[in-house]
Amino acid sequence: MAIDVEEVATGASPNSARVIHVTVNGVTHRSKVDARLLLVHYLRERLRLTGTHIGCDTAHCGACTVLVDGIPAKSCNLLAVMVDGRSVQTVEGLEAGGKLHPVQEGFTKEHGLQCGYCTPGMMMASVALLAKNPNPTEDEIRRGISGNLCRCTGYVNIVKAIQYAGKKMQEAPKGGA
Amino acid sequence: MYPPSFDYYAPTSVDEAVRLLDQHQGEAKVLAGGQSLIGMLKLRLAQPGALIDINRIPDLSYVREDATFLRIGAMTRINELHASDAVKARYGVLFDATAEIADPTVRNWGTVGGNAVHGDPGNDLPACFLALDAEYQAQGPKGSRTIAARKFYTDSFTNVLAPNEIVTEIHVPKAAAGSGSAYSKMERKVGDFATAAVAVTVTLAANGSVAKAGIGLTNVGPTALYAAQASDALVGKTGTATDLGTVGDLAAKAASPVADNRGPVDFKQDMIRVWTRRTVTRAIARAKGGS
Repeated sequence: MAIDVEEVATGASPNSARVIHVTVNGVTHRSKVDARLLLVHYLRERLRLTGTHIGCDTAHCGACTVLVDGIPAKSCNLLAVMVDGRSVQTVEGLEAGGKLHPVQEGFTKEHGLQCGYCTPGMMMASVALLAKNPNPTEDEIRRGISGNLCRCTGYVNIVKAIQYAGKKMQEAPKGGA
Repeated sequence: MYPPSFDYYAPTSVDEAVRLLDQHQGEAKVLAGGQSLIGMLKLRLAQPGALIDINRIPDLSYVREDATFLRIGAMTRINELHASDAVKARYGVLFDATAEIADPTVRNWGTVGGNAVHGDPGNDLPACFLALDAEYQAQGPKGSRTIAARKFYTDSFTNVLAPNEIVTEIHVPKAAAGSGSAYSKMERKVGDFATAAVAVTVTLAANGSVAKAGIGLTNVGPTALYAAQASDALVGKTGTATDLGTVGDLAAKAASPVADNRGPVDFKQDMIRVWTRRTVTRAIARAKGGS
């Protein structure tokens, strides 16, 4: 399904704007965007997917982490035009059919958050980590999420949440949650 | 923060990218992974009239080892270089550095070519390529040429490339038998630039002494530095405490750090001294077959 998003590009030069096709959480969007538009602003302000947070805005904290073709990226540090033709998954795309993703469930069960600001990015990094390494050690988890900062938890329960999700995903029958 | 407005081009061949650079003489910047450039745009440290996005050019991402070189495509992502079996087995300095640049998420987009060419003295790969005596292949309107890394960097964010040239491949001399290398980065936290970092390559002679050496330094000068005197002093040595002392002192002498929130000048020079000793020791151990 393609959704033609309102054209709001305001660039003075014709080359400063561009039409992009981006598949976000399974839905393909056709949008005219300023080339300077950051991916995180495209997601939050154009598509109204505000689950992706802006933290430091300098590519340090990881709150804006999304998956681009399955690989974690800091969406405050990419231009929307750079994901033209690619597939983006945000935190809104984790839940399926009213059922939480095992990583979401892990963060709930293990109390993997306090204020919740880092959580969307933390979960996207976790999803990618577990896809690559279904049974990570604590050290591998800590290294894997080292691009994501949390100022509340001290990471202990985040590690537990990811371990919970890893176990759950290995137990799940193929094709299940 | 929003980047300033710019014209955007996404060429699909190197020739087309060079043509666009040529048309925008000096007004255009090449957008590789963007992990440094986009931040600089947001802070208005860079305000190019045009961005030439080379992410759409196929065949610029590869790691291949042939009889003479380890050839690295300029758009190889830093994590891809780290994942190369050849790098893990024979180019320890690159294996180490690619595990410590920024953070794992940034390394998914950040490129080897971008890190090598960008010119921030805090970039980690330039010191590695200086130590390895690598060369950069650059393409311009009149064809391509190779430039020794040791002749590439002229000042911070400044190099010998013409405004219409683009680096397409990095040539690292193929690891010789008896060679080993290592990179040590002192950083305050994940994601930070180095307080000081040292790249060391050695090739051992049959008698176990160093036949060839290269030492590169990160973030202790206006560019990454090749510590020529320290490298030369290592040749013929075996890595005794006295050898390490001499080499460490010469490396510290080559450093010209500035005081900032990562520490004062004396401290950084001392860190170069200490980390050079340790990194030489690790490189020699690897050359002898250790990990």
